[in-house]
Amino acid sequence: MPTININGRAVQVDADPATPLLWVIREHVGLTGTKYGCGIAQCGSCTVHLDGQAIRSCVIPLSAVQPNQKITTIEGLSSDSSHPVQKAWLALDVPQCGYCQSGMIMAAAALLKDKPKPTDADIDEAMTNICRCGTYNRVRAAIHVAAGNPQAKQG
Amino acid sequence: MKHYGDPVIGQQVVSEAQDRAVPGAPSSPGRRQFVLSSAIASGGLALGWHVPSHAQGAGVAPEVNAWVVIKPDDTVVIRIARSEMGQGTLTGLAQLVAEELECAWSRVTTEYPTPGQNLARKRIWGNFSTGGSRGIRESQDYVRKGGAAARMMLVQAAANQWSVPVAQCVAADSVITHTPSGRRLTYGQVASAAAAIAVPENPPLKDPKTWKIAGKPLPRLDTADKVNGRQIYGADLKLPGMLNAAIKDCPVFGGKVASFDAAKVQGMAGVRKVVQVGSSAVAVVADTWWQAKSALDALPITWDHGPNAKVSSEAIAQTLRAGLDAAEAFVGNQSGDAPAAIRGAARQIEAVYGYPYQNHACMEPMNATARWTPERCEVWTPTQNGEASLAATAAASGLPIAQCEVYKIHLGGGFGRRGFQDWIPQVVAIAKTMPGTPVKLLWSREEDMLHGRFHPVTQARMRAGLDAQGNVVGLHMRLSGQSILASVAPQNLRNGADMVAFQGLTPSGDGAIGYGIDHLLVDHAMRNPHVPPGFWRGVNHNQNAIYLECFLDELAHAAGVDPLEYRRRLMAKHPKHLAVLEAAAARAGWGKPAAPGVFRGLAQHMGFGSYTAAVAEVSVSKDGKLKVHRIVAATDPGHAVNPQQIQAQVEGSFAYGLSAALFGECSVKDGQIEQENFNTYEVVRMADMPRVETIVMPSGGFWGGVGEPTIAVAAPAVLNAVFAATGKRVRQLPLAKTDLRRA
Repeated sequence: MPTININGRAVQVDADPATPLLWVIREHVGLTGTKYGCGIAQCGSCTVHLDGQAIRSCVIPLSAVQPNQKITTIEGLSSDSSHPVQKAWLALDVPQCGYCQSGMIMAAAALLKDKPKPTDADIDEAMTNICRCGTYNRVRAAIHVAAGNPQAKQG
Repeated sequence: MKHYGDPVIGQQVVSEAQDRAVPGAPSSPGRRQFVLSSAIASGGLALGWHVPSHAQGAGVAPEVNAWVVIKPDDTVVIRIARSEMGQGTLTGLAQLVAEELECAWSRVTTEYPTPGQNLARKRIWGNFSTGGSRGIRESQDYVRKGGAAARMMLVQAAANQWSVPVAQCVAADSVITHTPSGRRLTYGQVASAAAAIAVPENPPLKDPKTWKIAGKPLPRLDTADKVNGRQIYGADLKLPGMLNAAIKDCPVFGGKVASFDAAKVQGMAGVRKVVQVGSSAVAVVADTWWQAKSALDALPITWDHGPNAKVSSEAIAQTLRAGLDAAEAFVGNQSGDAPAAIRGAARQIEAVYGYPYQNHACMEPMNATARWTPERCEVWTPTQNGEASLAATAAASGLPIAQCEVYKIHLGGGFGRRGFQDWIPQVVAIAKTMPGTPVKLLWSREEDMLHGRFHPVTQARMRAGLDAQGNVVGLHMRLSGQSILASVAPQNLRNGADMVAFQGLTPSGDGAIGYGIDHLLVDHAMRNPHVPPGFWRGVNHNQNAIYLECFLDELAHAAGVDPLEYRRRLMAKHPKHLAVLEAAAARAGWGKPAAPGVFRGLAQHMGFGSYTAAVAEVSVSKDGKLKVHRIVAATDPGHAVNPQQIQAQVEGSFAYGLSAALFGECSVKDGQIEQENFNTYEVVRMADMPRVETIVMPSGGFWGGVGEPTIAVAAPAVLNAVFAATGKRVRQLPLAKTDLRRA
């Protein structure tokens, strides 16, 4: 049975190796914070970290994930919503319906790890997730807040 | 007592879960009982915890009245009948109740009463339908009275306990104080006694000028679980023993299943069942959804595409074009004699516009979970209309409605799509084949895109007559296209006319036209293609505002008059429309130079009872690439219950409205929609999103909606700015079809 390392735990999953990581996470591990939106890596609702990089888990088969690769989902980002991105999200009341927000937050966290002081252009490039409610401006502002950027004031 | 799990509205810690009653347990709840709930209990079920049911046991807080439950620890539970889909109505309605209740806002929680309980209690919570930006504007009066009545009962209970006149007692922050003696009781201490007092019939309401909770930019009540993955949506629901279903409906509307070969997939991993659903769909039920979807994709299905198999977008467009010239049309607004005035005018101007089908494309695809037994049918679903979901459940289950229940779950987007109930008969039909087993049906994105309830397709021929100075002497606006009502509520047609088709163009009402034109005719040639239409956030305001506001821009240009000044001349009798336009223009710096290469456009519109206006700033590069830099948007909703959430709705309206205007089109080929996912149905993303400056300017005296009205001005403001930048009029949407490169 394949083993994956998710949120710091090694978990055996009884899933077909072709199963997308998204559905392994949701249906075999039982963590539903990671969402299904399109299934073709277009919308980013399924974004998780694989060894710290943001990936779209709906198109990564289980067979492509090695047991020693570290998967982090929204549930593993922090135990108490204390990650700087989550704190910024709370401070700016970013979510509307909220369905895309796990993916947004995971993409933002990966961006800040890579570029601690992102510019607006960096945010445009990294944050390609779809939000139909239209939270983009608060997402942008919250990333600046989390980064401690001076633009954060603009909101 | 049986456990009927319920939707998880906000997953809570175990201790809180155990503190809640399990919904659905008592079949006919007494008025004084706290029986509903949110689902928090099912947070437990969802995770496989055992949640004790003690709905009728000790320690259950009584409701003070239908809207308010207060627990001994002073926690306030406010009942919310409308659905939360991101628009913030949950928080706004709670603010209105809390304001009148005089409770401590920090102790406020919320829960949905169920549709079944509403039915059993003679619709004590009123209308559950959540659409048309109605949540607050149509229930503000009775929810505020609910809060006020509960406060009066609590104060009366305290006065009774002290044996003092009620006039000597005041309530604030969930504490009742006997002013002469300084004695104090908390709401939690008197809630049980208050529950026994008769509910006052017509309690007086506060003057909004004195509001302390309503009217303030408070944080939403539902944010915490939306930043850590704990919010459970319908797609996430888990029930013990639950199976998962994937479905394919005939991709051509009106088609049927001819045959399918279940044997080909029955041996696949996890597959439990292959079920035909109605005449047009096939579902696979499996242990996991991925297994169900994989088997469904492998299942050979032959479709009978039916009578619409040859229909194309071009054929639909031709039908609509014929409507532009048709002799017969329904009249929506008429004054004077527009055709004669136009004929006799110094100049005639004419233009034809068109707006395509759009999909709501909620991020969470349609879904529901059902459990059917011969005695009872329950459905858990994200819905904009819980009562309609219950009716659909009863109809599909074959059971009396009193033996059915629906548990609402927060929506992963609604936008009008989830006011329809088409997935409910599907899930109930599947669950009926496996009595006692809960089945979750989740549509794939492709299914969701192919089987929407699409923003209707329309065209408009705009004709105006101008006098020698360029003033409008007559305007004829001929709409041609699809009626939503004719498809979804034909009983609401008036002598065959769909008055909703005239949203934003009527002489009065909650979407009144903002211009005084002596000779005006707005009429509608109804042409109904086979694609099922639906209410799509903003509804018919979206295209009507584009037609009118872009054409007025054309007239201003033809007259050689500034577009703002041109509108002012027509708006003397429409001060509220004009006020938001002036506010947006002033903030944007209209009349002053924009940055080099940046051009402005503006628009105003009234919809859903609110006045909105926008100024857009855009640039278009030499190679034709549009950049929307900045939007200034003004809105007057009468009363502003939560200004920061109004700001969020206004910003979101630009994302949604510009997604349609810039990119969105669902085209039809061989009877079916061509766009199956976000790779071909593009929407606004971060890089496309303009900065939005929102002016919230409530003028008082009326209650307008907030979730939708601003969408109407998003597209025309941008399209008018595109003209200013390029000299090109974009009349056929989406804009992506127009080459903006400089000649």
